[in-house]
Amino acid sequence: MSDRRFGTLLLIPAAIFILGLAIFPVLQSIWLSFHQILLALPGLGKKFVGLENYGRILTDPAARDSIGFTFLFVFGTTLCELILGLAMALTLNRSFRGRGWVRAAILIPWAIPTVVASQMWRYILNDQYGLVNLFLFGSDTASYQAWLAHPWGARLAVMAADIWKTSSFAALLLLAGLQTIPNELYEAARIDGASPWAQFRRITLPLLKPAILVTLLFRTMDAFRVFDLVFVMTQGGPASSTHVLQFYGYQRMFTEGDMGYGSAVSVVVFLTIFIVSLFYIRAMGTRLFERAKV
Amino acid sequence: MKKWVAKIAFWAWVGLLLVFSLTPFLWFLITSLKSQIQILQSPPAIWPEGGFHFYLSAISRFQLFRFMKNSLVVAGSTTVLSLTIGALAGYALSRLPVRRKPLILGGILAVSMFPQISIVGPVWRILRSLGLLNTYPGLVAPYIMLTLPLAIWIMASFFKELPTELEEAAKIDGCGPLKTLVKVVAPVAAPGIFTAAILIFIFAWNEFFFALLIMTRPEIQTLPVGIALFPGQFTIPWGELSAASVMATLPLVFLVLLFQRRIIRGLSAGSIVQ
Repeated sequence: MSDRRFGTLLLIPAAIFILGLAIFPVLQSIWLSFHQILLALPGLGKKFVGLENYGRILTDPAARDSIGFTFLFVFGTTLCELILGLAMALTLNRSFRGRGWVRAAILIPWAIPTVVASQMWRYILNDQYGLVNLFLFGSDTASYQAWLAHPWGARLAVMAADIWKTSSFAALLLLAGLQTIPNELYEAARIDGASPWAQFRRITLPLLKPAILVTLLFRTMDAFRVFDLVFVMTQGGPASSTHVLQFYGYQRMFTEGDMGYGSAVSVVVFLTIFIVSLFYIRAMGTRLFERAKV
Repeated sequence: MKKWVAKIAFWAWVGLLLVFSLTPFLWFLITSLKSQIQILQSPPAIWPEGGFHFYLSAISRFQLFRFMKNSLVVAGSTTVLSLTIGALAGYALSRLPVRRKPLILGGILAVSMFPQISIVGPVWRILRSLGLLNTYPGLVAPYIMLTLPLAIWIMASFFKELPTELEEAAKIDGCGPLKTLVKVVAPVAAPGIFTAAILIFIFAWNEFFFALLIMTRPEIQTLPVGIALFPGQFTIPWGELSAASVMATLPLVFLVLLFQRRIIRGLSAGSIVQ
């Protein structure tokens, strides 16, 4: 057997899973989104309705709310995670005693199951037993707040939990980028009398740009898929203030059994992510594909 | 003098990072060790005095071990199968002359960014028509698909670094291509395989969205589903819930403490390679 044929053979099992459970489902979602399919009424079958499901997204206020909060969530968390992750990475890039332990501690939020993290944050913000209330008001229980009952409290809480959980992932990607910057550059800058801030602006940031873009790309894509946090912490409430697209689509599809409309929502999510990632890939230039030649 | 200030500021910042990262977990750990009286105190007590009774009641009343067994079966099978399939594909894409390599690798990367919501409906329909809802294979199959991109990228980046003499020597010794891969290349790439295994296991242990939709019967649900849908009439049983959460998290804390270097290497391999 030639190496080429052997190589193709080795790719077949992976191809079956990826084509069968990723590519085909996406195409089928697009097809389903042009139909009306109600799981509760299988007798109706599939009725072709054209773009009607997409029209409903535009007119449904709950859909618009969830689009609005999804974008706020993606933008807010990605930006905060980049800044906090960069601060963590700069810290871990220095050598100090106990660095290994600090690194492990920072990694722990990343490893905790999102569902568990969500329950933790729900408890921390609890109106009777929460640590936040204890910290702010001590034994003055009359002042204790039900943070998750306020629309903005709930929104900020979901975002804070995500920032807590995934900043360390951003930090690791940025740390890997920092470690590729040669130390001689900083030494030369120091000899020329450049301040630490100038070194950061003129050396670190420009040379870290590829790592920053990769981090932004990964975090943005992931933030668009937020589900677990909302499901556990708020169920989209109060009054649909924390609805996000993946949760909204899930409810339409499975809670209400409206497969066609739910599929239309899922196609909107897919296209949004596709367009945003194209922007990033253009910003990264051709590097992505050059380096893709492993 | 100035040096001193900088040093204190640095350690204060490190301390802040530690508090930020560890407080939520420690607070749940404290909660899980409280007594039944303490758990209902407001303001909440700081020092727990209950011992392990919430753990015992999570095991007996909440069936904690059954959820853990389900998670272990699903995450374990996912790890073994995804690694095997991913290693084969990663080997082909890094060491063998396959056509359109950049396109395939770019495509795999793109698949890893698909939002779950845009595939879950059809995947659910496929599993239903095959009678695989509420079965282990029904959850493991989508997990293999979800973890394959990571497995392939990590394996490819590790295989790439092996010297080419390895295969040449095997060929001279008369090894066929499959025997070369299994007997010669795979053992040398063991660190890479292990790194990928840890990351896949953590992913499968933590996954919630697909598990929620595919496993609707409590007997077969995994830990994240059990913890998200924790049963409680009127009030949430925070004692049992925090005990179950700590039990779900401890294996991962140990993995991080033991293998943090590998995890970091694996996570950045998956991104730097691009």
